[in-house]
Amino acid sequence: MTPAARRYIFLVAGAGFLAFYLWGLAGLPGFGRYPGPYGTVINGIAVAQTKATGVVSAINFSYRGFDTVGEEFVLFAAATGMSIVLRHLRGERERPALDEAMDRTAPATSEAVRMAALLLAGPTVVIGWYLASHAQTSPSGGFQGGVVLATAFILIYLAGQFLVFERVSPIAITDATEAVGAAGFVCTGLGAVPLGLPYLSNVLPLGTTPGAVDSSGTIALISFFVGVEVAAAFVLIVGELLEQALLVRQEGR
Amino acid sequence: MTPHVAAVTTPYTVPAALMDTLQVTVLVLVAAGATAVVLTRQPVRQVVMLSAYGLLLAMLFMVFQAPDVTLSELTVGAVVLPILLLLALAKVRRREE
Repeated sequence: MTPAARRYIFLVAGAGFLAFYLWGLAGLPGFGRYPGPYGTVINGIAVAQTKATGVVSAINFSYRGFDTVGEEFVLFAAATGMSIVLRHLRGERERPALDEAMDRTAPATSEAVRMAALLLAGPTVVIGWYLASHAQTSPSGGFQGGVVLATAFILIYLAGQFLVFERVSPIAITDATEAVGAAGFVCTGLGAVPLGLPYLSNVLPLGTTPGAVDSSGTIALISFFVGVEVAAAFVLIVGELLEQALLVRQEGR
Repeated sequence: MTPHVAAVTTPYTVPAALMDTLQVTVLVLVAAGATAVVLTRQPVRQVVMLSAYGLLLAMLFMVFQAPDVTLSELTVGAVVLPILLLLALAKVRRREE
């Protein structure tokens, strides 16, 4: 194909795209105008129905809880796939990564970085725990809390070294924790089935005060399990990648 | 069912004009940030720019009143994604040496 023909095809396709794009833009509701009824309905009934003032969490873990199960397993499958792709192959030997230049040692982590990472690790755990356990009261939730918890492990790696990272998060335990989190979500949903209710029905006592920590029934419980699953999945993914970056694998003979 | 939720004035209500200014400012900053990420050609610096861009996006979601999305973007976009990219870059660099 000649460059001229190529340009011609681009111009025709580009003009077509632009026309449809502008047509679509013209049909959009005005900025900040929400046309659908769904959000307004949810805003009206969610707090009374679920006793959760974190309405986004109520939607995520109750109204559309089944969608969230699917999303949960996207991350689960990603972490599992990573463990499988990066597994030890037969005949592969590992040697610790040495600095390739023989006449110098690897630069040590600066004291400032280690100190900052150590100081941040504790508060990070607290914030992650708070986020994962307060989905029912305020903007937060298991996903955000889980990622923050995983960040604490990364800080520990920054403050120490890879060996410490492996010691605080052995792959077998991280794997098991991830599975427990995912299974906890699924089983909380299954808990409603023997009572003759649809999957993921909110069967636990809702509490009386909207926005109290012990309110909202299964919403808080599912958020907790999601937090466990997400934290373990991210620790697993980062751990596998750290191993890949820091250890060198060779073909054995 | 009323079509719109009635506006409630609280001690924390921000004047609409100020909110508009904030939203426009952050939108412009996000556009500038995205351009800066694309124009940064050195991979390690690009990852750092991407992390800063994640922070900008988190601010965008905040001023558009989506605090849950803000938290997700803050943790994933500004922290975890850059870490994964940095690890990948470290691996590639080691192989090249």
